[in-house]
Amino acid sequence: MVLDMFVGTGAGGEPAEIQTDALIIGAGPVGLFAVFELGLVDIKAHVIDILEKPGGQCAELYPEKPIYDIPAHPTITGQALTDRLLEQARPFEPTFHFGQRVESLRKTDDGFEVETDLGTRFRAKVVVIAAGGGSFTPKRPPLAGIEAYEGASVFYAVRKIDAFRDRAVVIAGGGDSALDWTLNLQPVAKSVTLIHRRDEFRAAPDSVNKLRELLAVGSIRFIQGQLTKLNGDGGALRSVTIRGPVGGVELEYDVEAERLLPFFGLTMKLGPIANWGLNLDENQIAVDTARFETSEPGIFAIGDINIYPGKLKLILSGFHEAALMAQAAQKIVFPGKRSVFQYTTSSSSLQRKLGVI
Amino acid sequence: MIKVTFIEHNGTVHTVDGEPGQTLMETAVKHAVPGIVAECGGACSCATCHVYVDDMWKEKTGGPSEMEEDMLDFAFDVRASSRLSCQIRLKPELDGLVVRIPEFQN
Repeated sequence: MVLDMFVGTGAGGEPAEIQTDALIIGAGPVGLFAVFELGLVDIKAHVIDILEKPGGQCAELYPEKPIYDIPAHPTITGQALTDRLLEQARPFEPTFHFGQRVESLRKTDDGFEVETDLGTRFRAKVVVIAAGGGSFTPKRPPLAGIEAYEGASVFYAVRKIDAFRDRAVVIAGGGDSALDWTLNLQPVAKSVTLIHRRDEFRAAPDSVNKLRELLAVGSIRFIQGQLTKLNGDGGALRSVTIRGPVGGVELEYDVEAERLLPFFGLTMKLGPIANWGLNLDENQIAVDTARFETSEPGIFAIGDINIYPGKLKLILSGFHEAALMAQAAQKIVFPGKRSVFQYTTSSSSLQRKLGVI
Repeated sequence: MIKVTFIEHNGTVHTVDGEPGQTLMETAVKHAVPGIVAECGGACSCATCHVYVDDMWKEKTGGPSEMEEDMLDFAFDVRASSRLSCQIRLKPELDGLVVRIPEFQN
């Protein structure tokens, strides 16, 4: 079950600047539960995530794996937990912005101004960082000097097809991204060479079939092997060195490459969060344990991304942190408002918000 | 106790005690063996606990499952002896196991 009817997407059609009470960075389990806890105290939230779907690590790393330490769920998979949390957050109508990474966060007179890599801008009274292990970013193959080629010859995603037009393109990897771009760039590029360590692909059967057809007619080239070296000057790639079996012998040889697209999966990196002027402790954001607020008032950090004495990186800890954060955020979003602590079991006001009465 | 030896890329040898039922990755992390990142925590989802199983042990550890083989596509410098250490569960027959850690976990 995926509840996508209330999910807004990030690409296209965004207003120039989005006003919100709370902006949550990260749509993992803790970010989703923060929507719920903030909703109970009347705070509306927008949620940004770099992935194209909610769930964070639960959805990206272990959707099918059972989790055994969620209270009252003796066993639940990462995907099922995500689906349940979406269902629980649904009465509060969060707006999701997927496939975007928050680049900058700036303090203003009445809150914060936040901008993503796609240029979506937000004005928020409070910001909640629920970014887990950081943002999922493509893995960089450990090839000497690769940084110098990135953005000029080496790309981890195709943003502009024209950058590959009439070029000798090498694509490394054997998953869906590698195959999709092999198929899509073939009509545009001068040549496309797919390099993979084995003659098997863990991709959609339809893509694998199309790949085999193009290989059969010689429109693309497949080389079994692994990248060992990049050759070129000043960011301009000339060739890649490959090691692989040739006629039963392991050989190293060069293959022409003006563009390289390595697809080796995703890893988690703290990313731009490090530049927001927050107190960090070994790549984690220091918070207090009464409000889970960072060194910057109005910016909160909950879940795996934060650190405090006794911190345990458990989903259940993040849920507790979300509840206390919401109480503190309420005092910023509604200054002077008298707050009365209420239970969902008995409060008719909370039950109305949840849509159950 | 099951003794397992990790050899780092630079030649540093770590011989540590593992327990039956524990994975090789868990044993490495428990003893802070450098070079085993295990970013996903053992879900066979990241390929950052990559090791090379010494030839004489390959039969006893067995080969990678299909899922593990798929995940090895995300590792770097993959060889015939490559395994993900989160997928090797320690058992008495593996007492004395020797594995090498690659230079990079990608």
